[in-house]
Amino acid sequence: MNLSIVFYILGKVVLCEGFLLALPLIVSIIYKEPVTISAFVITILICVAVGLLCMVRKPKNRVFNIKEGFLVTALSWIVISILGCIPFILTGVLTSPVSALFETVSGFTTTGASVITDLDIVPKGILFWRSLTHWIGGMGVLVFVLMLKAPSGGSDTNLMKAESPGPQVEKLVPKLQVTAKILYGIYFGLTILETVLLLLGKLPLFDALTLSFGTAGTGGFGIRNDSIASYSSYIQWVIGIFMVLYGINFTFYFLLLIRKPKKAFSMEEVRAYLIIIACAVLIIMFDMRDRIPVIWDNLRYAFFQVGAVITTTGYATADFNNWNMVSRTVLVLLMFIGACAGSTGGGIKVSRILIIWRTVKKEIKQFIHPNRVGKVTLNDKTVAHEVVRSVNVFVMAYLFILALSVVLISVDGYDFTTNFTAIVSALNNIGPGLELVGPAGNFAHFSAFSKIVLMFDMLAGRLEIFPLLVLFRRETWRKF
Amino acid sequence: MNIILVGCGKVGNALVKILYDEGHNITVIDTNSNKINQITEEIDVMGIVGNGSSISVLEEADFENADVLIAVTGSDELNLLCCMFAKKAGHCRCVARVRNPIYSQEIEFIKQQLGISTIINPELATARELSRVLRFPSASHIDTFADGKVRLIKFELKDAYGFDRMPLKDISDKYGCDVLICAVERGHEVIIPDGNFVLNVNDIVTVIATKENAVEYFKKLHLQVAPVKNSLIVGGGAIAYYLAKDLLQHNINVKIIERDMERCEYLAELLPDATIIHGDGTDRQLLTTEGIEDAESLVALTDLDEENMMLSMYAKKQGVNTRISKINRFEFDELLDELDIGKVVFPKHLTCDFILQYIRALQNEKGSNVKTLYQILDNRVEVVEFSVAEESEVTDIPLSELQLKPNQLICCITRGDQVIIPRGKNMIKVGDTVIVVSLNHGLNDLNDIVAD
Repeated sequence: MNLSIVFYILGKVVLCEGFLLALPLIVSIIYKEPVTISAFVITILICVAVGLLCMVRKPKNRVFNIKEGFLVTALSWIVISILGCIPFILTGVLTSPVSALFETVSGFTTTGASVITDLDIVPKGILFWRSLTHWIGGMGVLVFVLMLKAPSGGSDTNLMKAESPGPQVEKLVPKLQVTAKILYGIYFGLTILETVLLLLGKLPLFDALTLSFGTAGTGGFGIRNDSIASYSSYIQWVIGIFMVLYGINFTFYFLLLIRKPKKAFSMEEVRAYLIIIACAVLIIMFDMRDRIPVIWDNLRYAFFQVGAVITTTGYATADFNNWNMVSRTVLVLLMFIGACAGSTGGGIKVSRILIIWRTVKKEIKQFIHPNRVGKVTLNDKTVAHEVVRSVNVFVMAYLFILALSVVLISVDGYDFTTNFTAIVSALNNIGPGLELVGPAGNFAHFSAFSKIVLMFDMLAGRLEIFPLLVLFRRETWRKF
Repeated sequence: MNIILVGCGKVGNALVKILYDEGHNITVIDTNSNKINQITEEIDVMGIVGNGSSISVLEEADFENADVLIAVTGSDELNLLCCMFAKKAGHCRCVARVRNPIYSQEIEFIKQQLGISTIINPELATARELSRVLRFPSASHIDTFADGKVRLIKFELKDAYGFDRMPLKDISDKYGCDVLICAVERGHEVIIPDGNFVLNVNDIVTVIATKENAVEYFKKLHLQVAPVKNSLIVGGGAIAYYLAKDLLQHNINVKIIERDMERCEYLAELLPDATIIHGDGTDRQLLTTEGIEDAESLVALTDLDEENMMLSMYAKKQGVNTRISKINRFEFDELLDELDIGKVVFPKHLTCDFILQYIRALQNEKGSNVKTLYQILDNRVEVVEFSVAEESEVTDIPLSELQLKPNQLICCITRGDQVIIPRGKNMIKVGDTVIVVSLNHGLNDLNDIVAD
């Protein structure tokens, strides 16, 4: 275990956070919020101090293995959340540290589950920081650091592996740093495009930026109490379409950029993702045809909500908790599926679902022809046995955590739907669930213990479980 | 540069590491997914599992934008096919490893017809290196520069010859030879010496000289300069064949011991002037019968590294002066220094070096005035050959007045046919070729050597 390099990178991550905290500081200066300004200044100073402290000892050995990669990833996310929650406490928006931490973890993991009951009285600086955490967390903190830091050879792959979502890490170009730059370039470009389109819909710059941040990271923190419902239908369409765009594997955009549209559109995961969205929209439209008779409104509501849930963003234009049973059930199922691998969305990921679906199909054929030799394929390529196995193990671990968490938070005594959808929504980084945690409700009423369980689930969901579980193994901390 | 490398064997692996360190964008292709996983985990390169001679795999590796394709799989035909496809469908330069002697005779034809830029035959390259050392037995390694006019010779200082009390600047006066010591390995340290440097016994010294001067210099040091008169080669593989052919051309007697009868007959047919012995090269009786005591040199070229090392040690006991063993695996190469097994050649190293030199030369084509670039002494020292195209702050000034950066040395100037080992009063002129030895990597311009 090379702890010195772990701390060194951790220091860099924290310094980065301090640098990013300057943005909400500027916002609060513009809006003349003295308490918020001092809160951000203090937090920045703490970040710089902690960051420099971590980086004091330069590591002799700059190489780190997969173990260190996992460790540094898990620790980074925890540490930036702890530091990021300081402004909430200092401004008095959230007085309890657990609630403040919950809000920050929910932000960085792009969940968007909130414990703030009234957003209208929250200072603009804090609202901006909340949305910015989504943007930072969406593509990943370490990928951001990777883009900036001097490359240290192949071991950087271990960082990317631990943080990027999906069953396999795909590089776009041979060099990791260049890959990180391209990914952030696409991310940046899409964010700017969305902001401009929102500005064209006559939104103020503050609203346009915060909403784009929330969409980009597939987060879902709104700046109004009713999320997106009170915006114009143009704004809802823009956000709806962009949510779906951010849920697409970024390799798709890269292929488009290097003018290989044929290859881009032949990506099976993207196709499956779009087909699932289309089917879900049609089912919900049919189910809700009596309650929302105007077909365009019906389409807008259904499309927005399907997009918000499958990409794990969690914005809402309607309180879908009151929708018909079929629609609600479909939405809960979509929560599990999640977005594409290599996107900013969470959930199990469409590619994993595809691999599992095909494994099941293969196994059924095996029952009929016991000696049959079959392979699981994705994008016309055989999926290696190790990948299939890791997908299966991932889903099992995921279900174990889900079951255990539901039991743990049931101590609070709420109904089953609330508990179950709260955990599903945390583990898949969505935000709203059903009943008490539906789009109209929030997570404030849960006990501190339940909040800790939910925070763990959010981190586990964002980091795809294993980096977080590694923290709990004794071997991780041993030297040999 | 964007480089595609097909084949992740030992050579491929070693190449990837060095090329990555030099900052290239590399995509590796291999049919074995384990090898690809291993390499992508270790190094920041893109890995593709598949057959490198398939167009769809090459497309995935983005060969249209690649500058160089290097094919070093185990199969000659596959290597040639990869290069052919990449060349026909893309615009990259291609380097292929082709080792079958039948193809090597037709290498120029293949190169032309398939449009392959360079073909490396590791066995042939190894044989040439062996032959150079056998013809100049005191050196442990020889590189040639300036179209063969200048040689870089590495040897171990086994005896002090009074050097250990004398700073370098006095040595050349005493011996009166135009030879320059340009790098010294002491333990694990590499030093670019200046005039006040004092040598120690057991230093490994690299000198630069013309061929004639080197002979004279070594004679004054009482080191063996004449080529060996005969050579006993154990193992009759491809290297042995090429080596024997080369040595016979230089009138050196060759005896090859080979285990396989069929191979013996084949060799006897191809090398009528050599003595081919059928038998086990590790058989003590046979070695004695074939006169190992009287052999001037022994080259151990069997397939087993251990056997080669053992043979070399046994030969030392029998009083053979020049011993060379071929070692295939170079994972633990630093251990070999501690064993007394004479000189060692790594055919795989040579293949790597050859390809690296090609890539570096390609890179230098783009805009810099570097003519050739060698890395010596485990790649720790760069030897760069510059051509001086125009007047600058280094031209027309006596070298003694130039303030060079530390760890750099101007060690040779070629002016037309004249080779100058420079002293303080010499000057660099426009049109010269200058060789600089440096511990700092990445020299691009002659003006970079001057301290600011």
